[in-house]
Amino acid sequence: MAGFGTRSGSPHGRGGIPGFRFTLYALASVALMVLDQRTDWLRHIRFLSQGLAYPIEVAVNSPIAAWRSIESSFASRRELEAENRHLRTQVRNLKIRTLRFDALAQENAALIGLKKALPPVAERWLPADIVDIQLSRLRQRILIDRGTVNGVFRNQAVLDDYGIVGQTMQVGPWSATVLLITDPDSDLPVQIERTGLRTIAVGTGDPDTIALPYLPANADVRVGDVLVTSGLGGVFPAGYPVARVSRIQRGAVQPMSQVLATPFAHLQTDREVMLLWFRHDSPAAPLRESGGQLRVGTPGAQPLPAPPRPASTAAPATGKRGAQTPPTAPPAGPVQRPHP
Amino acid sequence: MSTSPRMAIFKSVLIALILTLVPLPAWLAIIRPDFVVLAVLYWSIQAPRIGGIGLGWMCGLILDVFQGSVLGEHALAVALVAYLGIREHQRIRTKPLLQQSLAVLAVLALYEFVLWAIDGWSGHPLNTALRWVPALTGALLWPVVAPLLARSYRPRG
Repeated sequence: MAGFGTRSGSPHGRGGIPGFRFTLYALASVALMVLDQRTDWLRHIRFLSQGLAYPIEVAVNSPIAAWRSIESSFASRRELEAENRHLRTQVRNLKIRTLRFDALAQENAALIGLKKALPPVAERWLPADIVDIQLSRLRQRILIDRGTVNGVFRNQAVLDDYGIVGQTMQVGPWSATVLLITDPDSDLPVQIERTGLRTIAVGTGDPDTIALPYLPANADVRVGDVLVTSGLGGVFPAGYPVARVSRIQRGAVQPMSQVLATPFAHLQTDREVMLLWFRHDSPAAPLRESGGQLRVGTPGAQPLPAPPRPASTAAPATGKRGAQTPPTAPPAGPVQRPHP
Repeated sequence: MSTSPRMAIFKSVLIALILTLVPLPAWLAIIRPDFVVLAVLYWSIQAPRIGGIGLGWMCGLILDVFQGSVLGEHALAVALVAYLGIREHQRIRTKPLLQQSLAVLAVLALYEFVLWAIDGWSGHPLNTALRWVPALTGALLWPVVAPLLARSYRPRG
Protein backbone atom coordinates (compact mmCIF):
# COMPACT_ATOMS: atom_id res chain seq x y z
CA MET A 1 0.00 0.00 0.00
CA ALA A 2 2.62 2.46 1.07
CA GLY A 3 4.95 0.85 -1.44
CA PHE A 4 2.56 1.61 -4.26
CA GLY A 5 2.24 5.14 -3.06
CA THR A 6 5.95 5.74 -3.04
CA ARG A 7 6.54 4.12 -6.40
CA SER A 8 3.85 6.03 -8.21
CA GLY A 9 4.65 9.15 -6.29
CA SER A 10 8.31 9.68 -6.86
CA PRO A 11 8.34 10.03 -10.63
CA HIS A 12 5.18 12.13 -10.79
CA GLY A 13 4.51 13.84 -7.51
CA ARG A 14 5.86 17.34 -7.21
CA GLY A 15 8.00 17.57 -4.13
CA GLY A 16 8.08 13.99 -2.99
CA ILE A 17 5.77 11.30 -1.77
CA PRO A 18 2.03 12.03 -1.92
CA GLY A 19 1.46 10.23 1.37
CA PHE A 20 3.85 12.55 3.13
CA ARG A 21 2.39 15.62 1.48
CA PHE A 22 -1.11 14.53 2.37
CA THR A 23 -0.07 14.04 5.99
CA LEU A 24 1.24 17.59 6.05
CA TYR A 25 -1.97 19.00 4.60
CA ALA A 26 -4.09 16.87 6.92
CA LEU A 27 -2.16 18.16 9.93
CA ALA A 28 -2.63 21.72 8.65
CA SER A 29 -6.38 21.11 8.32
CA VAL A 30 -6.66 19.67 11.80
CA ALA A 31 -4.69 22.57 13.26
CA LEU A 32 -6.97 24.99 11.41
CA MET A 33 -10.08 23.22 12.67
CA VAL A 34 -8.90 23.24 16.27
CA LEU A 35 -7.98 26.91 16.04
CA ASP A 36 -11.31 27.79 14.47
CA GLN A 37 -13.30 25.71 16.91
CA ARG A 38 -11.54 26.38 20.19
CA THR A 39 -10.12 29.86 19.83
CA ASP A 40 -11.10 33.18 18.37
CA TRP A 41 -7.84 33.71 16.50
CA LEU A 42 -9.23 33.11 13.05
CA ARG A 43 -11.92 35.75 13.43
CA HIS A 44 -10.10 38.24 11.24
CA ILE A 45 -9.38 35.61 8.61
CA ARG A 46 -13.06 34.67 8.60
CA PHE A 47 -13.99 38.32 8.22
CA LEU A 48 -11.54 38.71 5.36
CA SER A 49 -12.64 35.54 3.60
CA GLN A 50 -16.28 36.53 3.91
CA GLY A 51 -15.38 39.79 2.20
CA LEU A 52 -13.40 38.03 -0.54
CA ALA A 53 -16.22 35.59 -1.17
CA TYR A 54 -18.84 38.28 -1.53
CA PRO A 55 -17.96 39.47 -5.08
CA ILE A 56 -18.14 35.87 -6.32
CA GLU A 57 -21.46 35.36 -4.56
CA VAL A 58 -22.85 38.54 -6.07
CA ALA A 59 -21.56 37.53 -9.50
CA VAL A 60 -23.23 34.12 -9.26
CA ASN A 61 -26.41 35.75 -8.10
CA SER A 62 -26.39 38.55 -10.66
CA PRO A 63 -28.02 36.72 -13.60
CA ILE A 64 -30.93 35.73 -11.37
CA ALA A 65 -31.18 39.21 -9.90
CA ALA A 66 -31.04 40.72 -13.39
CA TRP A 67 -33.80 38.38 -14.57
CA ARG A 68 -35.95 39.39 -11.62
CA SER A 69 -35.48 43.06 -12.24
CA ILE A 70 -36.30 42.63 -15.95
CA GLU A 71 -39.38 40.66 -14.99
CA SER A 72 -40.52 43.31 -12.56
CA SER A 73 -39.88 46.15 -15.00
CA PHE A 74 -42.20 44.48 -17.49
CA ALA A 75 -44.98 44.15 -14.96
CA SER A 76 -48.18 45.36 -16.53
CA ARG A 77 -50.01 48.48 -15.52
CA ARG A 78 -52.94 46.49 -14.25
CA GLU A 79 -50.75 44.32 -12.02
CA LEU A 80 -49.09 47.38 -10.55
CA GLU A 81 -52.45 49.01 -9.91
CA ALA A 82 -53.72 45.90 -8.21
CA GLU A 83 -50.61 45.72 -6.06
CA ASN A 84 -50.94 49.40 -5.24
CA ARG A 85 -54.55 48.95 -4.19
CA HIS A 86 -53.64 45.95 -2.08
CA LEU A 87 -50.84 47.81 -0.35
CA ARG A 88 -53.06 50.81 0.32
CA THR A 89 -55.66 48.64 2.03
CA GLN A 90 -52.94 46.96 3.99
CA VAL A 91 -51.52 50.27 5.20
CA ARG A 92 -54.99 51.45 6.19
CA ASN A 93 -55.68 48.28 8.13
CA LEU A 94 -52.35 48.50 9.92
CA LYS A 95 -52.99 52.17 10.75
CA ILE A 96 -56.34 51.32 12.24
CA ARG A 97 -54.79 48.51 14.22
CA THR A 98 -52.11 50.79 15.66
CA LEU A 99 -54.50 53.64 16.49
CA ARG A 100 -54.99 52.36 19.98
CA PHE A 101 -51.38 51.28 20.36
CA ASP A 102 -50.15 54.30 22.31
CA ALA A 103 -53.17 54.22 24.56
CA LEU A 104 -52.60 50.54 25.23
CA ALA A 105 -48.93 51.09 25.97
CA GLN A 106 -49.90 53.77 28.50
CA GLU A 107 -52.53 51.55 30.01
CA ASN A 108 -50.06 48.70 30.24
CA ALA A 109 -47.47 50.90 31.91
CA ALA A 110 -50.04 52.02 34.44
CA LEU A 111 -51.00 48.42 35.11
CA ILE A 112 -47.46 47.38 35.91
CA GLY A 113 -46.88 50.48 37.97
CA LEU A 114 -44.84 52.72 35.75
CA LYS A 115 -45.36 56.44 35.37
CA LYS A 116 -44.77 56.49 31.63
CA ALA A 117 -44.94 54.01 28.83
CA LEU A 118 -41.53 52.56 27.98
CA PRO A 119 -40.16 53.12 24.50
CA PRO A 120 -40.46 50.09 22.24
CA VAL A 121 -37.51 47.74 22.45
CA ALA A 122 -36.69 48.00 18.76
CA GLU A 123 -34.53 51.03 18.23
CA ARG A 124 -33.51 50.75 14.60
CA TRP A 125 -34.40 48.62 11.62
CA LEU A 126 -32.48 47.95 8.49
CA PRO A 127 -33.84 46.06 5.51
CA ALA A 128 -31.45 43.59 3.90
CA ASP A 129 -31.81 41.77 0.60
CA ILE A 130 -31.22 38.06 0.46
CA VAL A 131 -28.40 37.12 -1.91
CA ASP A 132 -29.87 34.08 -3.54
CA ILE A 133 -27.06 31.53 -3.58
CA GLN A 134 -26.68 28.04 -2.24
CA LEU A 135 -24.51 28.24 0.87
CA SER A 136 -24.81 24.76 2.25
CA ARG A 137 -26.83 21.92 0.88
CA LEU A 138 -28.64 20.69 3.96
CA ARG A 139 -28.17 23.48 6.42
CA GLN A 140 -30.67 26.31 6.60
CA ARG A 141 -28.61 29.42 6.06
CA ILE A 142 -28.99 32.50 3.92
CA LEU A 143 -26.69 35.30 2.85
CA ILE A 144 -27.76 38.92 3.20
CA ASP A 145 -26.20 41.96 1.60
CA ARG A 146 -25.43 43.90 4.77
CA GLY A 147 -22.24 43.69 6.77
CA THR A 148 -20.13 45.58 9.26
CA VAL A 149 -20.17 48.69 7.06
CA ASN A 150 -23.87 48.85 7.88
CA GLY A 151 -23.23 48.21 11.55
CA VAL A 152 -24.32 44.60 11.48
CA PHE A 153 -22.84 42.57 14.30
CA ARG A 154 -22.55 38.89 15.12
CA ASN A 155 -25.63 37.26 16.67
CA GLN A 156 -27.94 40.02 15.58
CA ALA A 157 -31.66 39.37 15.40
CA VAL A 158 -33.12 38.99 11.90
CA LEU A 159 -36.87 39.19 11.29
CA ASP A 160 -39.36 39.49 8.51
CA ASP A 161 -42.88 40.95 8.62
CA TYR A 162 -44.27 37.76 10.13
CA GLY A 163 -41.80 36.70 12.76
CA ILE A 164 -38.28 35.71 13.71
CA VAL A 165 -36.10 34.57 10.81
CA GLY A 166 -32.82 33.84 12.54
CA GLN A 167 -29.61 35.45 13.68
CA THR A 168 -26.44 36.54 11.94
CA MET A 169 -23.56 34.13 12.37
CA GLN A 170 -20.62 35.22 10.23
CA VAL A 171 -20.42 38.87 9.41
CA GLY A 172 -18.19 40.16 6.65
CA PRO A 173 -17.64 43.71 5.49
CA TRP A 174 -20.53 43.72 3.04
CA SER A 175 -22.40 40.54 3.76
CA ALA A 176 -23.53 38.35 6.60
CA THR A 177 -24.63 34.76 6.93
CA VAL A 178 -27.92 34.26 8.72
CA LEU A 179 -28.57 31.09 10.67
CA LEU A 180 -32.28 30.41 10.17
CA ILE A 181 -34.33 29.17 13.09
CA THR A 182 -34.91 25.93 11.18
CA ASP A 183 -31.17 25.11 10.96
CA PRO A 184 -30.19 22.09 13.05
CA ASP A 185 -27.62 24.29 14.83
CA SER A 186 -30.19 26.85 15.91
CA ASP A 187 -31.46 26.94 19.50
CA LEU A 188 -34.01 29.62 20.18
CA PRO A 189 -35.29 30.40 23.69
CA VAL A 190 -39.07 30.70 23.39
CA GLN A 191 -42.10 31.03 25.55
CA ILE A 192 -45.58 29.69 24.99
CA GLU A 193 -47.64 32.85 24.83
CA ARG A 194 -50.75 31.36 26.44
CA THR A 195 -49.06 29.95 29.52
CA GLY A 196 -45.72 31.72 29.75
CA LEU A 197 -43.96 28.36 29.80
CA ARG A 198 -40.36 28.76 28.67
CA THR A 199 -38.53 26.25 26.55
CA ILE A 200 -36.08 26.01 23.68
CA ALA A 201 -37.00 25.64 20.03
CA VAL A 202 -34.44 23.85 17.91
CA GLY A 203 -34.27 23.65 14.14
CA THR A 204 -34.94 20.36 12.43
CA GLY A 205 -33.27 21.03 9.09
CA ASP A 206 -36.69 20.95 7.50
CA PRO A 207 -37.45 24.43 6.13
CA ASP A 208 -40.89 24.68 7.68
CA THR A 209 -40.61 22.92 11.00
CA ILE A 210 -39.00 23.65 14.33
CA ALA A 211 -39.16 21.30 17.30
CA LEU A 212 -39.60 21.73 21.04
CA PRO A 213 -37.73 18.69 22.33
CA TYR A 214 -37.45 19.74 25.97
CA LEU A 215 -41.10 19.77 27.02
CA PRO A 216 -42.13 17.11 29.54
CA ALA A 217 -45.04 14.87 28.63
CA ASN A 218 -47.39 16.66 31.01
CA ALA A 219 -46.52 20.17 29.81
CA ASP A 220 -49.46 22.42 29.07
CA VAL A 221 -49.14 22.86 25.34
CA ARG A 222 -51.84 22.61 22.69
CA VAL A 223 -51.92 22.61 18.93
CA GLY A 224 -52.32 26.22 17.82
CA ASP A 225 -50.34 27.71 20.69
CA VAL A 226 -48.24 30.68 19.68
CA LEU A 227 -44.54 30.67 20.52
CA VAL A 228 -42.87 34.01 21.16
CA THR A 229 -39.26 34.79 21.99
CA SER A 230 -38.60 34.72 25.72
CA GLY A 231 -35.80 37.30 25.78
CA LEU A 232 -33.30 34.87 27.26
CA GLY A 233 -30.15 33.91 25.43
CA GLY A 234 -29.00 37.38 24.55
CA VAL A 235 -30.03 37.60 20.90
CA PHE A 236 -33.74 38.22 20.52
CA PRO A 237 -35.83 40.73 22.44
CA ALA A 238 -38.77 39.24 24.27
CA GLY A 239 -42.21 38.97 22.76
CA TYR A 240 -41.59 38.53 19.04
CA PRO A 241 -43.69 35.83 17.36
CA VAL A 242 -41.78 32.72 16.31
CA ALA A 243 -44.06 29.85 15.38
CA ARG A 244 -47.37 28.13 15.91
CA VAL A 245 -47.52 24.65 17.42
CA SER A 246 -48.64 22.29 14.69
CA ARG A 247 -48.27 18.78 16.06
CA ILE A 248 -47.98 17.18 19.47
CA GLN A 249 -47.15 13.54 20.05
CA ARG A 250 -47.23 12.09 23.51
CA GLY A 251 -46.10 8.52 23.92
CA ALA A 252 -47.29 6.63 26.99
CA VAL A 253 -43.77 5.59 27.88
CA GLN A 254 -41.87 8.65 26.72
CA PRO A 255 -40.90 11.25 29.31
CA MET A 256 -40.91 14.07 26.75
CA SER A 257 -43.62 15.13 24.38
CA GLN A 258 -42.72 15.54 20.75
CA VAL A 259 -43.86 19.00 19.77
CA LEU A 260 -43.43 20.48 16.31
CA ALA A 261 -44.21 24.02 15.28
CA THR A 262 -44.46 25.94 12.01
CA PRO A 263 -42.50 29.20 11.87
CA PHE A 264 -44.46 32.37 11.11
CA ALA A 265 -41.62 33.83 9.07
CA HIS A 266 -41.79 33.04 5.37
CA LEU A 267 -38.36 31.49 5.35
CA GLN A 268 -38.72 29.97 1.90
CA THR A 269 -40.13 32.87 -0.05
CA ASP A 270 -38.60 35.93 1.60
CA ARG A 271 -36.69 38.26 -0.68
CA GLU A 272 -35.94 40.75 2.02
CA VAL A 273 -35.43 40.54 5.76
CA MET A 274 -35.06 43.06 8.56
CA LEU A 275 -32.10 43.51 10.87
CA LEU A 276 -33.01 44.71 14.32
CA TRP A 277 -31.16 46.89 16.80
CA PHE A 278 -32.74 46.96 20.21
CA ARG A 279 -32.52 49.25 23.19
CA HIS A 280 -30.26 47.78 25.82
CA ASP A 281 -32.05 49.56 28.62
CA SER A 282 -35.46 48.21 27.79
CA PRO A 283 -36.73 45.48 30.09
CA ALA A 284 -37.59 43.47 26.99
CA ALA A 285 -34.03 43.59 25.69
CA PRO A 286 -32.39 40.22 25.39
CA LEU A 287 -30.31 39.25 28.34
CA ARG A 288 -27.20 37.19 28.39
CA GLU A 289 -25.09 36.32 31.34
CA SER A 290 -21.52 35.17 31.11
CA GLY A 291 -19.41 34.88 34.20
CA GLY A 292 -21.53 37.34 36.11
CA GLN A 293 -21.00 39.99 33.45
CA LEU A 294 -23.89 41.10 31.32
CA ARG A 295 -23.02 40.96 27.68
CA VAL A 296 -25.52 42.55 25.37
CA GLY A 297 -24.30 44.36 22.28
CA THR A 298 -22.19 47.14 23.78
CA PRO A 299 -20.32 45.97 26.86
CA GLY A 300 -20.84 49.25 28.70
CA ALA A 301 -24.61 49.15 28.60
CA GLN A 302 -26.27 48.22 31.85
CA PRO A 303 -29.95 47.57 32.31
CA LEU A 304 -32.09 50.07 34.15
CA PRO A 305 -33.12 49.17 37.66
CA ALA A 306 -36.14 46.93 37.70
CA PRO A 307 -39.33 48.98 37.56
CA PRO A 308 -40.93 49.34 40.97
CA ARG A 309 -43.92 47.09 41.09
CA PRO A 310 -46.66 46.74 43.64
CA ALA A 311 -45.93 43.05 43.87
CA SER A 312 -43.49 41.90 46.51
CA THR A 313 -40.92 40.75 43.96
CA ALA A 314 -39.41 44.19 43.33
CA ALA A 315 -35.86 42.91 43.22
CA PRO A 316 -33.00 45.30 42.59
CA ALA A 317 -31.11 45.05 39.32
CA THR A 318 -28.27 42.77 40.20
CA GLY A 319 -27.76 41.45 36.71
CA LYS A 320 -29.29 38.15 37.72
CA ARG A 321 -31.53 36.56 35.22
CA GLY A 322 -34.49 36.14 37.53
CA ALA A 323 -34.57 39.75 38.53
CA GLN A 324 -34.47 41.04 34.99
CA THR A 325 -37.12 38.95 33.38
CA PRO A 326 -40.09 38.75 35.65
CA PRO A 327 -42.29 35.72 35.24
CA THR A 328 -45.12 37.84 33.98
CA ALA A 329 -44.86 39.39 30.55
CA PRO A 330 -42.15 42.06 30.48
CA PRO A 331 -43.37 45.45 29.29
CA ALA A 332 -42.17 45.08 25.74
CA GLY A 333 -43.80 47.76 23.64
CA PRO A 334 -46.89 45.99 22.40
CA VAL A 335 -47.90 43.93 25.39
CA GLN A 336 -51.56 43.50 24.78
CA ARG A 337 -52.31 40.26 26.49
CA PRO A 338 -53.86 40.17 29.94
CA HIS A 339 -51.95 38.93 32.90
CA PRO A 340 -52.31 35.19 33.36
CA MET B 1 -8.69 24.13 -27.03
CA SER B 2 -5.13 23.63 -25.90
CA THR B 3 -4.33 26.19 -23.26
CA SER B 4 -1.86 25.63 -20.49
CA PRO B 5 -2.86 22.82 -18.14
CA ARG B 6 -2.86 25.09 -15.13
CA MET B 7 -5.31 27.40 -16.84
CA ALA B 8 -7.57 24.49 -17.71
CA ILE B 9 -7.54 23.31 -14.10
CA PHE B 10 -8.22 26.78 -12.79
CA LYS B 11 -11.11 27.29 -15.20
CA SER B 12 -12.71 23.94 -14.47
CA VAL B 13 -12.48 24.47 -10.72
CA LEU B 14 -14.00 27.93 -11.05
CA ILE B 15 -16.88 26.60 -13.12
CA ALA B 16 -17.37 23.79 -10.61
CA LEU B 17 -17.50 26.33 -7.79
CA ILE B 18 -20.09 28.41 -9.63
CA LEU B 19 -22.15 25.28 -10.26
CA THR B 20 -21.98 24.60 -6.53
CA LEU B 21 -23.21 28.07 -5.63
CA VAL B 22 -26.03 28.49 -8.14
CA PRO B 23 -29.35 28.34 -6.34
CA LEU B 24 -31.55 25.45 -7.42
CA PRO B 25 -34.96 24.15 -6.45
CA ALA B 26 -34.79 22.15 -3.22
CA TRP B 27 -34.92 18.67 -4.72
CA LEU B 28 -32.25 19.50 -7.32
CA ALA B 29 -30.07 21.07 -4.66
CA ILE B 30 -30.16 17.87 -2.67
CA ILE B 31 -29.05 15.64 -5.53
CA ARG B 32 -26.51 18.15 -6.83
CA PRO B 33 -23.11 16.43 -6.88
CA ASP B 34 -20.03 18.04 -5.38
CA PHE B 35 -18.68 19.45 -8.62
CA VAL B 36 -15.54 20.86 -7.06
CA VAL B 37 -14.63 17.46 -5.66
CA LEU B 38 -15.28 15.83 -9.01
CA ALA B 39 -13.00 18.35 -10.74
CA VAL B 40 -10.25 17.88 -8.18
CA LEU B 41 -10.52 14.13 -8.45
CA TYR B 42 -10.39 14.26 -12.23
CA TRP B 43 -7.24 16.40 -12.28
CA SER B 44 -5.62 14.28 -9.59
CA ILE B 45 -6.09 11.22 -11.76
CA GLN B 46 -5.23 12.77 -15.11
CA ALA B 47 -2.55 15.25 -14.10
CA PRO B 48 -1.24 14.11 -10.74
CA ARG B 49 1.87 16.25 -10.87
CA ILE B 50 0.17 19.55 -11.70
CA GLY B 51 -2.76 19.90 -9.37
CA GLY B 52 -1.99 17.64 -6.53
CA ILE B 53 -2.96 17.66 -2.92
CA GLY B 54 -2.31 21.36 -2.54
CA LEU B 55 -4.94 22.15 -5.16
CA GLY B 56 -7.44 19.93 -3.36
CA TRP B 57 -6.65 21.55 -0.05
CA MET B 58 -7.13 25.06 -1.43
CA CYS B 59 -10.40 24.08 -3.10
CA GLY B 60 -11.58 22.59 0.18
CA LEU B 61 -10.70 25.75 2.02
CA ILE B 62 -12.70 27.77 -0.50
CA LEU B 63 -15.65 25.44 0.06
CA ASP B 64 -15.25 25.97 3.81
CA VAL B 65 -15.45 29.71 3.34
CA PHE B 66 -18.58 29.53 1.20
CA GLN B 67 -20.39 26.90 3.21
CA GLY B 68 -19.54 28.41 6.56
CA SER B 69 -18.28 25.14 7.99
CA VAL B 70 -15.38 24.82 10.40
CA LEU B 71 -12.29 26.07 8.54
CA GLY B 72 -10.30 23.03 7.45
CA GLU B 73 -13.20 20.59 7.30
CA HIS B 74 -13.65 20.48 3.54
CA ALA B 75 -9.93 21.21 3.12
CA LEU B 76 -9.09 17.92 4.80
CA ALA B 77 -11.78 15.99 2.93
CA VAL B 78 -10.88 17.31 -0.53
CA ALA B 79 -7.17 16.88 0.16
CA LEU B 80 -7.94 13.25 0.97
CA VAL B 81 -9.80 12.91 -2.33
CA ALA B 82 -6.84 14.40 -4.19
CA TYR B 83 -4.43 12.10 -2.37
CA LEU B 84 -6.43 9.00 -3.21
CA GLY B 85 -6.73 10.15 -6.82
CA ILE B 86 -2.97 10.67 -7.11
CA ARG B 87 -2.11 7.43 -5.36
CA GLU B 88 -4.38 5.32 -7.51
CA HIS B 89 -4.22 7.36 -10.72
CA GLN B 90 -2.51 4.63 -12.73
CA ARG B 91 -5.07 2.05 -11.72
CA ILE B 92 -8.08 4.28 -12.26
CA ARG B 93 -7.32 6.00 -15.54
CA THR B 94 -6.70 2.82 -17.48
CA LYS B 95 -10.18 1.54 -16.68
CA PRO B 96 -13.29 2.19 -18.79
CA LEU B 97 -15.47 5.05 -17.61
CA LEU B 98 -18.13 2.90 -15.99
CA GLN B 99 -15.57 1.08 -13.89
CA GLN B 100 -14.00 4.41 -13.00
CA SER B 101 -17.41 5.41 -11.67
CA LEU B 102 -17.22 2.68 -9.07
CA ALA B 103 -13.87 3.93 -7.82
CA VAL B 104 -15.29 7.46 -7.83
CA LEU B 105 -18.25 6.28 -5.79
CA ALA B 106 -15.91 4.83 -3.18
CA VAL B 107 -13.82 8.00 -3.00
CA LEU B 108 -16.89 10.27 -2.80
CA ALA B 109 -18.43 8.09 -0.10
CA LEU B 110 -15.21 8.42 1.88
CA TYR B 111 -15.33 12.19 1.31
CA GLU B 112 -18.88 12.40 2.67
CA PHE B 113 -17.90 10.17 5.57
CA VAL B 114 -15.04 12.50 6.54
CA LEU B 115 -17.41 15.47 6.43
CA TRP B 116 -19.99 13.61 8.47
CA ALA B 117 -17.41 12.65 11.10
CA ILE B 118 -16.02 16.18 11.39
CA ASP B 119 -19.54 17.61 11.55
CA GLY B 120 -20.23 15.35 14.48
CA TRP B 121 -16.95 16.04 16.27
CA SER B 122 -17.22 19.78 15.88
CA GLY B 123 -20.70 19.81 17.36
CA HIS B 124 -22.77 20.44 14.23
CA PRO B 125 -24.18 16.96 13.66
CA LEU B 126 -26.41 16.42 10.64
CA ASN B 127 -27.60 12.86 10.51
CA THR B 128 -29.93 12.78 7.56
CA ALA B 129 -29.57 10.14 4.88
CA LEU B 130 -29.81 12.91 2.27
CA ARG B 131 -26.23 13.92 2.90
CA TRP B 132 -24.97 10.76 1.19
CA VAL B 133 -26.90 11.38 -2.02
CA PRO B 134 -24.25 13.57 -3.75
CA ALA B 135 -21.74 10.71 -3.59
CA LEU B 136 -24.14 8.62 -5.64
CA THR B 137 -25.06 11.33 -8.13
CA GLY B 138 -21.40 12.31 -8.43
CA ALA B 139 -20.46 8.77 -9.37
CA LEU B 140 -23.38 8.56 -11.82
CA LEU B 141 -22.33 11.81 -13.42
CA TRP B 142 -18.66 10.82 -13.73
CA PRO B 143 -19.02 9.31 -17.24
CA VAL B 144 -20.36 12.71 -18.36
CA VAL B 145 -18.03 14.96 -16.39
CA ALA B 146 -14.78 13.15 -17.19
CA PRO B 147 -15.04 13.51 -21.02
CA LEU B 148 -16.09 17.14 -20.61
CA LEU B 149 -13.03 17.86 -18.51
CA ALA B 150 -10.88 15.86 -20.93
CA ARG B 151 -12.00 18.16 -23.76
CA SER B 152 -10.93 21.23 -21.80
CA TYR B 153 -7.30 20.20 -22.02
CA ARG B 154 -5.52 17.63 -24.14
CA PRO B 155 -1.82 17.30 -23.40
CA ARG B 156 0.27 17.56 -26.62
CA GLY B 157 -2.36 17.45 -29.33
